Parts: sequence; C-alpha cells; structure tokens
Amino acid sequence: MPIRPILRALRHHRFTTALIVLEIALACAVLCNACFIVAGKWSLMHIRSGIDEPALAVVTLDNFDRQRADDLNARVVDGLRRIDGVQSVDLISGLPFLGAGGESTSPDREGKLGSYSTSFYFGDAGTLATLGVELTAGRLPRDSDVVPDDATIVQSVITRSLADRLWPHADPLGKVLWCCHGSGGFRVIGVARELIQDMPRDDASVGNAIFTPQRSGPMLAGQYLLRADPARVSEVLRKARAAMATLAPDATVDDEHTGTLGDLRHRHFRSDRATADMLMGTMAALLAITALGIVGLTGYWVQQRRKQIGIRRAIGATRRDILRHFQIENFLIVGMGIALGVLLAYAFDVALMKFYELPHLPPAYLLVGAVVLWLLGQLAVLGPALRAAAVPPVVATRSV
Amino acid sequence: MFGYYLDLALRSLRRSKALAAMMVMALAVGIGASMTTLTVAHLLSGDPVPEHSATLYHPQLNPTMPPRLVHEPTSAMDYRSAMDLWSAHRADRQTLVAGSPVKVQVEGSGEPPLPRQMLLTTSDFFPMFDVPFRYGGPWASTDEESHARVAVISSALNDRLFGGADSVGRSLRLRDSDVRIVGVLAPWRPAPRFYDIWNGRYRHGDTESFYNDPEDIYAPLATGLDIFAGQTPVMPVHFCWDMGADGKSMQTDPCAWLSLWVQLSSPAKVRNYAGFLKGYAQQQKRQGRYTSDQTRLQSLMQWLEWNRVVPGTVRMQAWMAQAFLLICLVNTVGLLLTRFLRRSGEIGVRRAMGASRCAVFTQCLVEAALIGLLGGVGGWLLTLLGLWMVRQQPVAYADLAHLDLPMFFGTFAMSVAASLLAGVLPALRASRVPIGFQLKTL
Repeated sequence: MPIRPILRALRHHRFTTALIVLEIALACAVLCNACFIVAGKWSLMHIRSGIDEPALAVVTLDNFDRQRADDLNARVVDGLRRIDGVQSVDLISGLPFLGAGGESTSPDREGKLGSYSTSFYFGDAGTLATLGVELTAGRLPRDSDVVPDDATIVQSVITRSLADRLWPHADPLGKVLWCCHGSGGFRVIGVARELIQDMPRDDASVGNAIFTPQRSGPMLAGQYLLRADPARVSEVLRKARAAMATLAPDATVDDEHTGTLGDLRHRHFRSDRATADMLMGTMAALLAITALGIVGLTGYWVQQRRKQIGIRRAIGATRRDILRHFQIENFLIVGMGIALGVLLAYAFDVALMKFYELPHLPPAYLLVGAVVLWLLGQLAVLGPALRAAAVPPVVATRSV
Repeated sequence: MFGYYLDLALRSLRRSKALAAMMVMALAVGIGASMTTLTVAHLLSGDPVPEHSATLYHPQLNPTMPPRLVHEPTSAMDYRSAMDLWSAHRADRQTLVAGSPVKVQVEGSGEPPLPRQMLLTTSDFFPMFDVPFRYGGPWASTDEESHARVAVISSALNDRLFGGADSVGRSLRLRDSDVRIVGVLAPWRPAPRFYDIWNGRYRHGDTESFYNDPEDIYAPLATGLDIFAGQTPVMPVHFCWDMGADGKSMQTDPCAWLSLWVQLSSPAKVRNYAGFLKGYAQQQKRQGRYTSDQTRLQSLMQWLEWNRVVPGTVRMQAWMAQAFLLICLVNTVGLLLTRFLRRSGEIGVRRAMGASRCAVFTQCLVEAALIGLLGGVGGWLLTLLGLWMVRQQPVAYADLAHLDLPMFFGTFAMSVAASLLAGVLPALRASRVPIGFQLKTL
C-alpha cells in the first residue's frame, strides 16, 4: 500500500495529527521511565540474599541492661532452644533486611588503596552455618576464632564480591582488611559465595558484607536467630515471641525487628512495593486514556471522510484497502509520536535522576514502550477502521 | 447569554452521553492522580510550627576531629559544645533535644513495660515549638538544675496508660527510675518531626522516618542522663569521630548527638547570634578542641529545605502524576476538538444567523468549563479515594493524608482551568468554521 497518499491526507489534519503525536510522545516518555523504575524495583525486591530465608526467623529485644547482657543471652538462648520445632538458636547482630552497622573497608590500614562501603554482621561461631551461607574458599568460624572484644585483629568471613574488590588479583585467605580508619583489622578465614548488605538499595555496594564471630556480651546481645523447618517457622516464631514475657521480663520486644526473614524482607521493601504498584496503576490508566484519545480522533476522521471513502470504494478500492489505510495511517502517527517520545523519555530520565540514583534509561525500555504503543494504536484504531471499511460505495453518489 | 450557552452545553452533553462521560472520566482520573500526590507533597512540605517558624533557628558547629574529620558543620553537637551554647542564654529562648528509646511502665499496673521513644530536652522546648498541653504544663527550669525526676507525656501515651484521665502527679517507671508526671500534651503532630532529624540531604530521598509520630515521653536532659547512667549507648548517636569512644559516658565521648534550637525574634538578634556562634567556634579552634571554625545558622524552613525532608518517592509520584495529567489534558484537547467540529453544521447555522465568532468561541469554552467542572467533581471524589489509599499504606505519614480546604478548592480550580486551557484551541478552531461550506453540506 502506498504511503504517500496517506501522508498527503494527514497534511489536511495537521492539528489533530499533532495532538495524537504529542499524546503518544508523552505516553511513551512516561511509559518507558515507569517501566524502567518498576523493573528496577522488581529485581530489587527479588534480590537473592545468600541466606536460607524460608527457614529463619529473628527475635530482637530492646531496653535491657547491657551490663548484664551475658545473663540475658544465656537465659533467652536456653529458653528458645526448648521450644518445640526450633532446630538451632544463635546470637546475631545485624542481618540482611534487618539493618547492621556500616563502615568503609580498605585493603590497607591507611585506606589509601581504596575504600568500600561494607555491612558488618556479628554473631557466634555457629551463626553462619545456621544462616546457610555457602563458602567458596576457606572455612566457617570455630569457637577458637572468637577473640576478646578489644582485640585489634579478629577472624572474619567476607563475601566473594568484597574480596574481589579489595584484592582483585590475589587469594584473600589469610589477608587482613581494615576498617574505621585503621582501628580494626579483620583476617579473612573464609569467603562466602553470596551474602548481601543489610539494607539493599539499588547501588554498587550490594554484595559487600563481612561476618565476624564475637563473644556474647554488651556488644552482642538481644538479637536471636532461630532456625526451624520452613513449614513451621511462623509457628515457632509465634511461640518464641510469646515466650519472651517469661524468658526476658526485663526487656521489651522490638516488634519492628522481629519476624521471619520473609516478614523482614516484606517490611524492608514495602515502600518500593507501593511505588511499583502506583506506577503500574498509572501505566494502566495511561494506556487506557491514550487508547481513548486515538479512538475519539480516528472516529471523527472516519466520519469526516465518509464521502472520500465512498468515492474510493466506488472506483475500486476493497474494504481491506480502506482498513489498511487507517491502520497504516495510525502506524505512521504512532511512529512519529514514538520518535518524539524517545527524546522526551531521555529528558524525563535526566529529571528523575535528580531525585533518584538511577542509571541511565537502557534502550531496551524504549523498544518495549514503542512496541506496546504500536500495538495499542492498532488495537484502538481497529474499531473506527472497521467502521470506515463498512462505508458503502453508494455514499459517493449522495449530494456531490 | 451565559445561561443560554450553559443550556446549549447541557444539551450537547446529553446528546452524546457516552463520549461526554468518557471525557469527564479521563479528566477526573488525571485530576485525581495529580491532586492526590500534590496534596501529600503539600502536607509533607508544610510548616510544622506555623506561628513561630520564622523566629526558630538551628545553630550548627563542626566539632569533629581527625581521624574522622568531616568538612561541613554537623547536624548535631557534642555534649560540651551544646551545653556551652545553651547555658550562655544568648537567644530569646533555647532548647536542647536528643531522642532515645526507653521502656515505660506504670508501677503496680501489672502490665509489662512498653517500649517507647523519649526526648531529652529542656523546658523551653514546649513554648518554643507551640506544643499544646491538655493537663499540667512544662517542668520549671529549676527542675533541670536539680535533676528533678519529672516528665511530660504525650496524649497517646496518656490514653494508653491512664485511659485519658488527668495523670498529672502520677508516677511513671522509666527504665529503673520513677518520675512524676507534670504535664500531659494535647494531640500534637508536627510534620516533619523537625527538631531531631539529620542528614536528610544524604539519604537519597529516604526520609520517610522524619514523619514518625513525635516522642511519647519528654524529660529534662539532666534527668534523662541520670536515668541512663552508666549504660552503654542509649542515644541513636549521630556521629562519633573517634572509634575509641566506648559509649560509657555521653557527656565526654567524642560524639555529636544533641541538637540545639534557638528562638531569635528580630534580624538584629539573628546577626548577633551568628556572631556569637562564630566567636565560640573560633575560640574552640584556638584552644585546639576544634579543627574547624565552620558554623551555620539556618532558620527552621531553611533547615527543612537543607534536609530535603519530602521523601523521594513522594516527589517522584507527584512528578509522574503531573506528567499523567498532561497526557489527560492533551487527550481532552483532542476529544473537545472532535466534539466541536462534529457540530460544524450547527455552528455554521448559528454563524449564518448572526452569531459572531466571539459568541461561538465563548459557547465552546462554556461547554469546556462545564466538562471541567464535572471532571472536578469526579477528580475530587478520586482524590478522596486516592488519599484513603495513601492512608492504608504502611508509611509514617499515612495519618496525615487528608484533603485540606485549599487543596479542595484547588481541585476544582485546577480542573476548570485545565479544561478551559484544553478548550481554547478547539474553540478557536470551531469559531473559524467557514459558514458557506457548512451550510452547503446540510
């Protein structure tokens, strides 16, 4: 089908064409960016943590006397182990989705060879095994690795990605990394395949984490990791939560930081989920409104061009030709809209980057936006185009 | 004439109900999304102390030292600097604030202790920030010197513990100490909780926690420190510049954890105070206690601005909704155009019978405004629905999401303005319909 006559016909409707092009362009810009943000949130919400989440739960206590932390830990750990269904109980301080201390770490004491934002997890010698963290090199901590709190160099397990950043070309085992302006050294005894930072956001430091076994005491108290059969973990947590009133009457339960790992993940991403939901709603409304606009304007064109359509039909054009005419016309208009929309999408992207630390919009999203809008255009134009194709040739003979 | 145009517009709407309904709905959805997000952004960027905010200032110093020297004034101060400035009494009023978790219990009630947030502060806090009291009042400034075991509690905590009765004079167990309640606040919900926020600028828009409810317990600073005596870190310490800090004594640790607020009622006093602050910093630097003599004195609203308090998600949603409204508007332009031009014949007749272009233009705009008004009603309902949805979300500011009067009128103003704007071009087009041609085709 020749395109030239279609373009010439469009020239008679410059204003309406411009309106549809503008609407498509704006829709394309918003759609691409919204899709990009939603995809980012989605992959963030489904990030792998490197720990055996379905089997784990955490109880956090607050407002206890830290000078008597040992007594509290002993009481609570012993009490929790007695709960039916509990497989193991360990002390922890910090976990993914729970929060932890963050510091920058360096391969040298002075921090001149680069520094990397890192999450610090602490626990007892058995914590890593309970978490289900897999090692690629070295070994898990043993009781003999637990050193006094005031030791300058402690034994630690770090993640593969942190090891690769600190020592890109060397075996990390046995090396010491430094934090906190040279005041603390951490000797690597094991390398974990995967363990994400405590509060994953969309940034580069996602795999930087370090685990150090510590003694029960003022610095490691009040947070307990439970492991149970995945099917029973909620029930076990409920019992553990209830047991706190008798096990630790001198403390209060910090409910915000108590839950199964599933709960904690859910809580951590609640605002991301709300944003994603809101954006998906916007996209759906946007597509509906755009389709409505196309239907309205094309419907008007069909009505306006009834006579011309009749003439074309009278001199030999088939219904299919008329249908094609409107479909190709719509394809061209949407194409123009998309071309303009791509420019707008990048402008929006630059504006959004001011508020969000987002990477640049990858071209794939433009392609997705284009395909969606083309399909939407074809769908929206089908009704009016079918009505146009149904115009009988006899219209041409009326009131010429 | 206007009445006649209105009548024409109503007739026209009735003639093509489906299309008119779709237009109104499209406009309403756009206005609803836009106004919901704008209302939330408007509420979150409001003035938390409307009466006094222009006279409230937040002085900042830079007490940090190597190894962790920072290069700008810190959000909070160390104990000594804060006490020096506070006890100098160089402003009309001054107060110190620091938040901390605490467990609270009514002795003999048999209930387990509740975890709550406590604010350590001074008596000026209440008059400075217009904090309303339901029963009793603030403690006396002499209570601070004598480390008196007194406290003020929030109305929510009073409801929870005492069923809303006048609890002044009752005793409350905080941690392991008993304090006497001297005042109960009336409901008070500053948004954001401006007095103990920090580093919002570096949180990449993650500032939702600034909109948490205010603390439930208020106690004199000296009393609060007594209650926590000998305990390792109790404050969510803002920043320590030496890791050697053992957290045993909040008074001597090299950590910034106290915020100072001052009330300065005239520009001259602000200038004087800024000079005093600078002088203090320079003196401390000379004595070798500071590395830097940087200072900053920001008003309350500047402080909120600096902290970029409105959460990034709220801002992004507002931008997205405006882009969406723009699309709805372009859509309305197109649909209005087809509406008007479909009636070219009718317009031709009116023109032939003597109606001026101006009259046709006005008639079209009246119809657009009517659609705008209907869209406004729909938009208002959808805004109420949108705000209800915000209230169902588990966010700190959920309870704040209500439509206030300016935003209510704003909804209709915006809807009518939007539809008039969208109607101008189509109306111009319609008023230019050539008479003869249209009459011929009738």
